[in-house]
Amino acid sequence: MGFSFRRLFALLLKEWIQVRRDPMTLRLIIAMPLMQLLLFGYAINANPKHLPAGLLSAENSKYERSIIAGLKNTGYYDIRTIASEAEAEAGLARGTLLFVINIPPGFDRAVDRGERPSILIDADATDPSAVGYATGALAGLSNVLDRDLPPDLQSKPDLPPFRFIIHSRYNPEQLTVLNIVPGLICIVLMMSTLLLTTLAITRERERGTMENLLAMPVRPIEVMLAKIIPYIVIGYIQVLLILAISTLLFQMPIRGSILLLAGALGLFIGSNLALGITISTIASNQMQATQMAQFTLMPFLMLSGFMFPFQGMPVWARWIGEVLPTTHAIRIVRGMLLKGNGFHEIVPELWPIGLFMLGSVVLAVYFYRETLD
Amino acid sequence: MTSDLVIDVAELRKSFGARKVVDGLTLQVAKGEVCGFLGANGSGKTTTIRMLCGLLVPDAGRGTCLGLDIMRDAHLIRRRVGYMTQKFSYYEDLTVRENLDFVARVYEMPDRAAAIDSIMARMALSDRADQLAGQLSGGWKQRVALAACVLHRPELLLLDEPTAGVDAKARREFWDLIHDMAGEGLTVLVSTHYMDEAERCARIVYLSTGRIVVQGTAEEIVQQSRLITFSGEGEGLDEAARQLRRMPGVEAAAVFGHTVHIAGLDRAALEGAMHALDAGAFVWREAEPTLEDVFIHMLSTAEQAR
Repeated sequence: MGFSFRRLFALLLKEWIQVRRDPMTLRLIIAMPLMQLLLFGYAINANPKHLPAGLLSAENSKYERSIIAGLKNTGYYDIRTIASEAEAEAGLARGTLLFVINIPPGFDRAVDRGERPSILIDADATDPSAVGYATGALAGLSNVLDRDLPPDLQSKPDLPPFRFIIHSRYNPEQLTVLNIVPGLICIVLMMSTLLLTTLAITRERERGTMENLLAMPVRPIEVMLAKIIPYIVIGYIQVLLILAISTLLFQMPIRGSILLLAGALGLFIGSNLALGITISTIASNQMQATQMAQFTLMPFLMLSGFMFPFQGMPVWARWIGEVLPTTHAIRIVRGMLLKGNGFHEIVPELWPIGLFMLGSVVLAVYFYRETLD
Repeated sequence: MTSDLVIDVAELRKSFGARKVVDGLTLQVAKGEVCGFLGANGSGKTTTIRMLCGLLVPDAGRGTCLGLDIMRDAHLIRRRVGYMTQKFSYYEDLTVRENLDFVARVYEMPDRAAAIDSIMARMALSDRADQLAGQLSGGWKQRVALAACVLHRPELLLLDEPTAGVDAKARREFWDLIHDMAGEGLTVLVSTHYMDEAERCARIVYLSTGRIVVQGTAEEIVQQSRLITFSGEGEGLDEAARQLRRMPGVEAAAVFGHTVHIAGLDRAALEGAMHALDAGAFVWREAEPTLEDVFIHMLSTAEQAR
């Protein structure tokens, strides 16, 4: 017995009627994201180190090496040389680089002549707390060349031999709210959509309707999809609300394409709903399902880069974080809202979400019992 | 198809943990037959029905349902069987019509509207088409459930205590519908606790601890039991019943209106008990055992055997 769109439609219609007949849940769905978004108006600071930085330099000169060594010694910068402006831009947009260090040509000569040349540092300020300490450490580097320089050129309190100029990209005023809100959009969406499907299968089981459903010729994948699809519609209502609040109350810019953002968030919602369905098939009752959902939410909150800057976490935690769709969704939303990222930049974040969703559905179908055994 | 048997299974077994719920059950039901499934709570009726419609996989056993292998073709069997669960298991937050429409769509029926209208007319549900199923009383819910499980025109109907908790009139009407449909060639296997319902079955199958103890028509079962019953009229019936219950050879003593009813297998012992009670105060006469007497007898012997 193969997949049938007609049966899927039958199930969908039934689910849709049930969703409409449950006004309390509907109200909750509308109210919950509003409340959370307004409540979580605080920032969490951390002091991440080893941030990825790219070095754009024409020469590999003596002073340059000393400065790079000095930067590395702060512990905040993991520096690798990059070839071109274009690569630097792409790295910043995708988040693979948080800094680009731009050393102008003829730097050594300029220092020797006492011209006090500038080193331009582009910093990705979408997450000010992530780059704040690193840029702060630059102030201590003004005397890093003293050993190499003749006494008359050595740094004096108000006359350092060279200067750092920091260019805060994407979030020039370093407003924390611009970092928090995109993350919050994802977290709020995740909490509300995950809970929607978490109860879907257990509810059928507890009301006794599962026995009947099993006795009918429906396929597991049809049941799953029918339970996911209506909530994608509801998820979009939430997305619209959240984006409206973000732009109206928090003055969030939306620099990327809204349609693309909606598409990406649709995939994200789908992955949460799929995870919810998986929990629902594994749990034996609604209480258990709710507990499992809460347990699941914790790592998503902690390891997705929402609470703590992603670069500040140990490697093993980052690996876990990479698996979670929320991590990628946060990167997509930050990138699209603040950096104006397009499809090309978000592809590396889209496929892990898709993969997670596929994995969840496969797992759910695997655990779905077609008998009462 | 070579055989007229709609259900033909042998040596079905099913355990949950260490508990053997169905323990070597062999059952045959012919096309168009209304077969009554009786037995105490926990005797394996529901489990057997669930195995027949593919909701449970038997641990062991073989056989066919509608000519299809019960171990292999559960999916195909589901399409051609109507199963009515003990507890109402349609959607209470959907209206009667929406529930029926859902079922019709799931079975991919052509011409849904006509089929739904005709079944609602037949079950006298038309006036309640737009009521939420959850707001209906027990009797009406059963009717909705019956309508829903015969909607796709199954060849075999499996009913698991369909009339539990339903009033007498609704039960009577329910059974009229079942006989109507059986007359049209539908085969019905129905479990029940009610004797009047058992008597309306062409054949009764009595289960105890997962095995068939006895089967046949109501008369055959009464005869096979070799049970002897007496009924007595007199004063102080309740006290008399209490005393009789303690006497040897009396398996059951119960008051019915203004008579006391005793049953047992040993005629001499029963007569001794009647004498011992209070000769003369009661007027005794031998009575035809009812199906209920027989089942209570079987229930208590099964308990002693345990």
